[in-house]
Amino acid sequence: MAKRIGIENSLAVAEAVKLARAEVIAAYPITPQTHIVEELSQIVANGELEAEFIPVESEHSAMSAAIGASAAGARVYTATASQGLALMHEILFIASSLRLPIVMTVANRSLSGPISIWNDHSDVMAERDMGWIQVFGENGQEVFDLTIMAFRIAEDKRVLLPVAVNMDGFILTHMIESIEIEEQEKIDKFLPPYKPVLRLDPAHPISMGPVGVPEIYAEAKKQQEVALLESKAVIKEVFKEWAEQFGRAYNLIETNGPEQAEVVFITMGSLGETVMSALDLINVQGDKARQVRIRLWRPFPEEELLAALEGAKKVIVIDRAVSFGTSYGPVAGEIRSMLYKLKEQPEVYNFICGLGGRDVTRQEFKQMYELAEQGQYKDKYLIWGVREND
Amino acid sequence: MTREINFEKITAKNIPTESLISCGHRGCQGCGEVLAMGMVMKAAGPNTIVANATGCMEIITSPFPQTAWKTPWIHVAFENAAAVASGIEAALKILKKKGQIKDKPNVIAFAGDGGTADIGLQALSGALERGHNFLYVCLDNEAYMNTGIQRSSSTPFGASTTTSPPGKKSKGQCTWKKNVAMIAAAHDIPYVATASPAYHLDLMNKVRKALAVEGPAYIQIYSPCPTGWKSKPEQSIEIARLAVQTGVFPLFEVEYGKFKLTQKTKELKPVEQYLKLQKRFRHLQEEDIAYIQDKVKANFEKLQKLCEL
Ligand SMILES: Cc1ncc(C[n+]2csc(CCOP(=O)(O)OP(=O)(O)O)c2C)c(N)n1
Ligand SMILES: [Mg+2]
Repeated sequence: MAKRIGIENSLAVAEAVKLARAEVIAAYPITPQTHIVEELSQIVANGELEAEFIPVESEHSAMSAAIGASAAGARVYTATASQGLALMHEILFIASSLRLPIVMTVANRSLSGPISIWNDHSDVMAERDMGWIQVFGENGQEVFDLTIMAFRIAEDKRVLLPVAVNMDGFILTHMIESIEIEEQEKIDKFLPPYKPVLRLDPAHPISMGPVGVPEIYAEAKKQQEVALLESKAVIKEVFKEWAEQFGRAYNLIETNGPEQAEVVFITMGSLGETVMSALDLINVQGDKARQVRIRLWRPFPEEELLAALEGAKKVIVIDRAVSFGTSYGPVAGEIRSMLYKLKEQPEVYNFICGLGGRDVTRQEFKQMYELAEQGQYKDKYLIWGVREND
Repeated sequence: MTREINFEKITAKNIPTESLISCGHRGCQGCGEVLAMGMVMKAAGPNTIVANATGCMEIITSPFPQTAWKTPWIHVAFENAAAVASGIEAALKILKKKGQIKDKPNVIAFAGDGGTADIGLQALSGALERGHNFLYVCLDNEAYMNTGIQRSSSTPFGASTTTSPPGKKSKGQCTWKKNVAMIAAAHDIPYVATASPAYHLDLMNKVRKALAVEGPAYIQIYSPCPTGWKSKPEQSIEIARLAVQTGVFPLFEVEYGKFKLTQKTKELKPVEQYLKLQKRFRHLQEEDIAYIQDKVKANFEKLQKLCEL
């Protein structure tokens, strides 16, 4: 039987990695990821998981070792955040181009400077073109579930791509929640042992990571792009199977609120739950606003988003990172470019908020709604909550 | 206390003949690096997985859809060969433990001097310190050759490179060569050695020893580069031999902490004989050569003392 327990979300992630029977874990500590890898090293030390824990000397080496281990045929996990993810930058792109099914938790944290350990999405946004499948969890249960599903998706022979599971630093990583921890036996059925298509094997020598001359580089990139786009169908399949097996349903995007509401919030990550509660305040006066929560960030679920935004007059996009020197935050930029395909385009309001761990309350979301209703900041972005002259 | 390393010795009679790096690669004439790498692979044999850093060797052996590699090979980036090898080794270890593979192949990381002494030093140190059972081979051609002969911290004093050019205010490389073999030895790993393709049996037996020990091993191989050193391709081996005989690149090994000189020549030849075959040193004045001579001699004596311990 699955057991429901009160557990810190980071420990639940470690539990998920254990249940997934990861074979090599290469990690370097960084707040707020530390609890995950500390717990995993304890699990391995206790002999509860048959795995090699490589306490690497940097995140650059964490991702490099992850690549080596995955290429040698092991199921591989790592976790990082912020500066650590940035230090991995170079190698992240190689992991996806080598088509290695590595799973990584990103405990989202702001980037220096100024140095800040608190939550926003500037780390992952700087890596959004890394060619990985990227999903966001909104609470501990989601992150637990997504972590196990991530291995299944990554290792599917139609996909063979690394997956990053994003969870908001502190707000999720350090929260104690009530989580349904699934049984090993059921997880084993859902996620059979990893059988690599190709691996570094002296009986069948292959060369991995050769020089890409101009005659083949574009083809290699095209293949990678096609694989990422086509992973969407597999992700849906895996979500469906998970729902059947474990009773918790996931979609590429989640929607809630009154269908006829013409104002739509778009969020990614844990602020989705704050907006959910803000809708209760906003909708006291009628069916004013609804909400779309992006779960799958890459590949971008354009079709699903366009369908969900049908009938919307105003779209309020919540960003958690600044895309310096452009006209929107990273999520809003993509939403707007997507909306260009519609004949009747809703207005876009972009609030970049919660930078460096600044709290955003449901009251504040209500204010954003009111600004949008008044048409203020139409087709513009605002860095929310900046204190002036105090 | 000395511990014996048990290994299958290579002699002129039983020298492995199977080339694991095929001919037709794109190396320059007289390339000492690919020659040495081929020797390492012959000694290691086909049951070997290679992690190769970015650099000349990766470039000349792997232009897709061709490959010169007959053993499994992976290239990831420039500075991380040791980390990639760590991951491979860890994976093999657990896969064997779980019964998913029968035996554990050798794991060898190859990197140039730049990929070792400079940008890859941290990853190397980490992998050595963690005790992975693998061999790291630094193919030392004393500069960043792949990108056009820029200096590295392994470039010898006085050498002209494209970023340590001699000029009115410069004698070329103004620093002494970093001694990465000693840095590796400071990690207290089971086996460290220097080697030279001019002494192929010595080189291959060092590889055998390195693979025989349990834990990390490091071998630094002197690798003449006619293109970068402005030397004659047909003189690569002669230059490599002189580097040893003059004490510029002494051959030694460190077995479980015990230093041992592995070259016959103890009476050093003058460094000038070595320097004059390479145009990278042609701008040097008599006093520069004297300076190099003194320092080479002093370093050699220091090494001899270490070997007496
Ligand atoms: C992070 C990074 N910086 C710089 C480079 C460019 N680069 C590629 S190979 C190389 C030099 C390699 O020198 P070395 O390691 O000595 O190997 P060699 O080519 O001499 O065999 C450089 C600087 C790179 N590929 N990656
Ligand atoms: Mg070099």
